[in-house]
Amino acid sequence: MPEPEAQVRVGSAPPEALDEGHSLWSDAWRRLRRNRLAFFGGCVLAVLAVLCAFGPIFSQSYREIHLDLGATPPSSAHWLGTDDLGRDLFSRILFGGRISIMVGLVATFVALVIGVTYGAIAGFVGGKTDALMMRIVDILYALPFTIFVILLMVFFGRNIFLLFFAIGAVEWLTMARIVRGQVLSVKRMEFIEAARTLGLGRRRIIFRHIIPNVLGPVIVYTTLTIPAVMLLEAFLSFLGLGVQAPMSSWGVLIKDGADKMEEFWWLLVFPGGIFSLTLFSLNFLGDGLRDALDVRAAKD
Amino acid sequence: MLRFIGLRLLQSIPVMLVIITGTFFMQRFVPGGPFTAERAVTPEVQRNLAAYYHLDDPLWKQYTDYLWDLCPKAFHPSALENGPDLKAAFGIDFRPSFKYPNRTVNEIIADKLPVSIELGAYSLAFALVFGVSLGVFAAVRRNSWIDYICSSAAMTGICVPTFVMGPLLVLAFAIHLHVFNASGWYGPIDRVLPCLTLGSVYAAYIARLTRGGLLEILSQDFIRTARAKGASEARVIFRHALRGGLLPVVSFLGPATAGILTGSFVIETIFQIPGLGREFVNSAFNRDYTLVLGTVILYAALIVIMNLVVDIIQVCLNPKLKFE
Repeated sequence: MPEPEAQVRVGSAPPEALDEGHSLWSDAWRRLRRNRLAFFGGCVLAVLAVLCAFGPIFSQSYREIHLDLGATPPSSAHWLGTDDLGRDLFSRILFGGRISIMVGLVATFVALVIGVTYGAIAGFVGGKTDALMMRIVDILYALPFTIFVILLMVFFGRNIFLLFFAIGAVEWLTMARIVRGQVLSVKRMEFIEAARTLGLGRRRIIFRHIIPNVLGPVIVYTTLTIPAVMLLEAFLSFLGLGVQAPMSSWGVLIKDGADKMEEFWWLLVFPGGIFSLTLFSLNFLGDGLRDALDVRAAKD
Repeated sequence: MLRFIGLRLLQSIPVMLVIITGTFFMQRFVPGGPFTAERAVTPEVQRNLAAYYHLDDPLWKQYTDYLWDLCPKAFHPSALENGPDLKAAFGIDFRPSFKYPNRTVNEIIADKLPVSIELGAYSLAFALVFGVSLGVFAAVRRNSWIDYICSSAAMTGICVPTFVMGPLLVLAFAIHLHVFNASGWYGPIDRVLPCLTLGSVYAAYIARLTRGGLLEILSQDFIRTARAKGASEARVIFRHALRGGLLPVVSFLGPATAGILTGSFVIETIFQIPGLGREFVNSAFNRDYTLVLGTVILYAALIVIMNLVVDIIQVCLNPKLKFE
């Protein structure tokens, strides 16, 4: 059935859009720019990423311990206050952000590789292989995966590479389903038939016509997987199972803050706030991309 | 329908077997054991302990023994020593715990599970009631300020994780306003903050799903027909649209249950609630082999059953679906 929102969008498209040719991507970019929340989210993410990447290079104060200073509330010298060891909280948040963002990106990449490969194979091959592969995904969906990740982290020690792999191994299922569904539907479309009739090679059809059309949903879902992955990492860190002591992540900082919030509220409020802001931005950006690329398959 | 249920339960046996096998061998293939953290004990004591818990048997024998014990006694009546006893015959024996002397895993679960169930049930109920109402409000007053408020509230619920929301609520309502206790699980008032925290994320998802589902249904022809026949707006929404509009919410209930189960680990830590979630995390740290296995099996079974229930409800609500 037609989606009402999609209809509205088509109806209100400016007529000059028809004059010159527009690729899918330039159209999407235009729509994304017009979505204020998504644009805001993208800007926040860019600023945070730059701060986390380059901030700690210029200030080493996340490591400097000033026991005589102790925990101080936000001031002009320490914008977000200091923790009970006298370390500057702002620097600690930036430094923890490096780990959190890295976990988010790397684990999502793991999930992306597994999911896209699996889904694409199932979709291309089709038939009985496809049925079997998707049945396996259905079964895996029913497993209590978070419990397995917890057990893995407890038993094999809190190794950050294991963390990437464990989280990635949990999050690939939905990606596989989306890619498979998309490949199946694109494969049967008329323009593929037309390309074949025109005598295009199999490789050219796959790379030039199928992959670009699968890319949209993959990009959208990747943007939405990153916050889920970061959430899982922080969840594990909060239980004491994520990143270990010399390193810190936003989850670790939130855990520290929650333990000490009765005296030092800022230790909880600022890391929690920054983390939530990041999740907000990623979700808004993901939703904006979904609208911009007009992806409807991601619903299930 | 009975055939459908039977078939699904049959299908879940291999799934459960994979879970049990995976957990069993994962625990055993890592260094450390339940007694390594203990104060230095003489080799004899260590041997005796290992013998008492059959840790000196070959691994495959421990595994098959465990599975055999897990099987309800009705299927191997020779294990029923004290004559026929219904509870013993159909109960599942998770064996004694490694870390709590003189207690069986069954006893520990019987002790802690009710607390976790209560926490989870209230949270889910809150999420459903609050989420569906928010979603209906937002859908009915689409693109009005009510819609924007409801939608932003939902987005906030999704983006502020429980382990931030929980401590913040404690900070505000327990430490500063003294309305609730900061931790503990005694009176009914102690239920409010944990359930609110755990339920908020799912309330948010449910609100979004309700809004989306309802909007899709409201644009369909049969709704226009109902309106044309003079049905009141309330009747259109509650009698005609909600039944189909809630379908996405129902299919979300399966993942939501799984999420609430694992979410309770964190909530029980924040609010110092004596539930099974905290026990599970501790047992994993302690290498309490039987307790870990017992809780994992229980959680997996709960999730499998909940998924089945969800599928049944879905077929009942959606005339297009049939029991396969």
